[in-house]
Amino acid sequence: MTTLTARRPRIDSTNGVWLALGMTLIVGGILVATDGGSLFGQNSTVSLLQRAAGLGIVAVGQTFAILAGSLDLSVAYVISLTSLIAAETMAGSDGRVLPAILAVVAVSGAIGLVNGLLITKLRINAFIATLGVGLLIKGYLEQGYAGPAGSVPVSFQHLGYDRVGPAPVAFLLFIGVAAVAWLVINRSRFGHHLIATGGDLDVARLSGVRTDWVLIRTHIICSLCAGIAGLYLASRLGAGAPRVGAEGGYDLESIAAVVLGGTVLAGGKGGVAGTVGGVLLLAVIDGIFNQLAVDPFFKQVVRGVVIVAAVAIYALRLRRKVVRKAAA
Amino acid sequence: MHGVGKSFYGVSVLSNVDIDVHPGEVHAVVGENGAGKSTLMKIASGVYQPDSGTLRIAGESVVLHNPRDAQAAGVGIIHQEFNLLPERTVAENVFLGREPTRRGLVDRRAMRARTAELLTAVGAETVRPTDRVGALGVAQQQVVEIVKALSLDARVLIMDEPTAALADHEVELLYALVRRLQARGIGILYVSHRLAEVFDLSSRITVLKDGRRVVTVDTADATPEALVRHMVGRELASYYPPKADAPGTALVTLAGAGNGRLRPIDLELRAGEVLGVGGLQGSGRSALARALFGVEGFTAGRMTLDGRPVRPRSPRQAVRAGIAYVTEDRKGEGLALSQSVLDNALLASRAATPRWFGGGARTTSVRDLLAAVEVHAAGADQEVRYLSGGNQQKVVLARWLAMKPRVLLFDEPTRGIDVGAKAAIHELIRDLADQGAAVLMISSELPELLGMSDRIVVMRDGALAGELPGDASEEAVLSLATGTPHEVPA
Repeated sequence: MTTLTARRPRIDSTNGVWLALGMTLIVGGILVATDGGSLFGQNSTVSLLQRAAGLGIVAVGQTFAILAGSLDLSVAYVISLTSLIAAETMAGSDGRVLPAILAVVAVSGAIGLVNGLLITKLRINAFIATLGVGLLIKGYLEQGYAGPAGSVPVSFQHLGYDRVGPAPVAFLLFIGVAAVAWLVINRSRFGHHLIATGGDLDVARLSGVRTDWVLIRTHIICSLCAGIAGLYLASRLGAGAPRVGAEGGYDLESIAAVVLGGTVLAGGKGGVAGTVGGVLLLAVIDGIFNQLAVDPFFKQVVRGVVIVAAVAIYALRLRRKVVRKAAA
Repeated sequence: MHGVGKSFYGVSVLSNVDIDVHPGEVHAVVGENGAGKSTLMKIASGVYQPDSGTLRIAGESVVLHNPRDAQAAGVGIIHQEFNLLPERTVAENVFLGREPTRRGLVDRRAMRARTAELLTAVGAETVRPTDRVGALGVAQQQVVEIVKALSLDARVLIMDEPTAALADHEVELLYALVRRLQARGIGILYVSHRLAEVFDLSSRITVLKDGRRVVTVDTADATPEALVRHMVGRELASYYPPKADAPGTALVTLAGAGNGRLRPIDLELRAGEVLGVGGLQGSGRSALARALFGVEGFTAGRMTLDGRPVRPRSPRQAVRAGIAYVTEDRKGEGLALSQSVLDNALLASRAATPRWFGGGARTTSVRDLLAAVEVHAAGADQEVRYLSGGNQQKVVLARWLAMKPRVLLFDEPTRGIDVGAKAAIHELIRDLADQGAAVLMISSELPELLGMSDRIVVMRDGALAGELPGDASEEAVLSLATGTPHEVPA
């Protein structure tokens, strides 16, 4: 009331990732150019954006879960499952595209609902609940499928292969999903309640937020995003694949992208803009190493280092902020 | 509220309590920790549901299933622990759960405008609706809490220990705010340990003890002595134990010691002496204790312990040197809330001297210590979170006593602790000094600071503003703390 805290320009951790992305592009561009290639050529850019799309859509969903203080480890298996559902329902027929999409929405939504109910009503830790649901789906997939199944009509493959200028349709879909997510998180009541729930469950509840319902909706959204990614992969592969999600590492990579984007793993702070940056950063690193034809194992090492370093920087910055506050 | 009762796990914490509050009235509720005050307030605000009894608001019987119902019925509550999201803005916090919408989206402009109006209404224009709550001071956060309650058009406002986290000059501002609310016809239930406040603000006082209402009196007819008698069921002859006869020898000396937050400080902690540290919140009092304990250690100057130079760079080194620190943030930094009384008491000794075998003897001695400081718990295996504040503090104390420290640093040792337990803590502190320990005690409560200290230093802006004898006046401490010159030096 009496003293006014000095106002500092707000250093938002979601800005950091864009800075890192810019620097990576410059350094990477130079490296690739000296190697005789081009990072910004049509082909490499397209494949880079293509790669970003699938992970991006999943990561947007994961952003919701993490912001709410939760987590979803089942997304990888949801992707595999929905790619199969899509491809098998379509069975190569144009007329069955819509029913297939509806089926994917229904199944992935239902899985999200189950995740949400396990976490809120049975009070199972999100890590365990979603891991359990994921393993359940995995069991079903391994028992029922030995390899790719179903087939996608050519009309539906436009999603996976067409592009508008240099931008693949799928990438535009990712940006669209991210934009809607941004609006929901930053401008809707649900978004406000989501961040409050992740920030402090008790505070949110005592303020009259129905936190259980918020978490349930969050998990439905997260699963739906995985379902959309499943549709995209089905379109890309021309068929459903029982291992595409797990082999793509979509569960942990989506979490990594969100965290790279500056969203706090404990929830309550961050946003989808950072996640988009995180996804692009991971894709660019991939692109650079592909161009340089670096050993894939070394590539993994670098990715690991980048993720750990990013989180360490955020943690340090937060710590400094806390110290400053205590001193004030 | 009529005939309200509540029990948890078969333990009755409230039985047959009646209480009422009129529009524009401040009705104070006092009682020791564990007397049931907080439970009563949580029932009134819909957090808990009563097992028996009824609630009526403006003559209408209401049933509050959850905090949402209470809000709708016009009951606002300011909880003892702040219910704010530090990462969100003031406006977002105020309207959390009730965000105004326009065309399906949150109407942020309306939210900010309405928040600004409310802030102006309570005379807190310095807080801006777009400020991040975590960047605000404690007093400002309290204002946000109050504005949040007001945004509900609350007819009844419950304030649970509203001054617990405030420095003295901030308390004045809170008083003004309470009177403003009163003038607007809002009925206020004011829960507090601090009797002075209760007398300043309330028109009626209800005393709770062991979950029952002892008495409701008009404040005009009450005396502090009578209230304390009702609260603890006995007279407290003297609030504070006798002070030290003669100062001992210097045990810890600081010469020009400072760090990022402390300007060079020269100070002695003497064996057998309680050195009080006064000052406003943020004046560097806690930073001093934390530096001595090596949390954020000194980076300049010299510190000696028993004549030998030391400079603890971590709490571990400090503990090994014989220094103990009782933090002001008992729940956050002092205790592992979900662990048992015994585990908490053993924490420091286990950390300092890990051993695989022979832990039994240590356990026995800690059990003895727990008994010696008179921790009242269902058993040593009880989770610490279920203890009252006073008993929690005793557990922290037992932990350090197990280390046989020679220097003890207390930061607000009796914050949020009831009158009876407070006296017990004071006695323990004095006993330690009498046994030859050097004690440093930070306190925002002036009576405590003056009543306990043999010598007082006052801090301001990270430096020592001055030193006073133990029998100084409150005015002398305050003028040093605020830097206002005063006419009568103590």
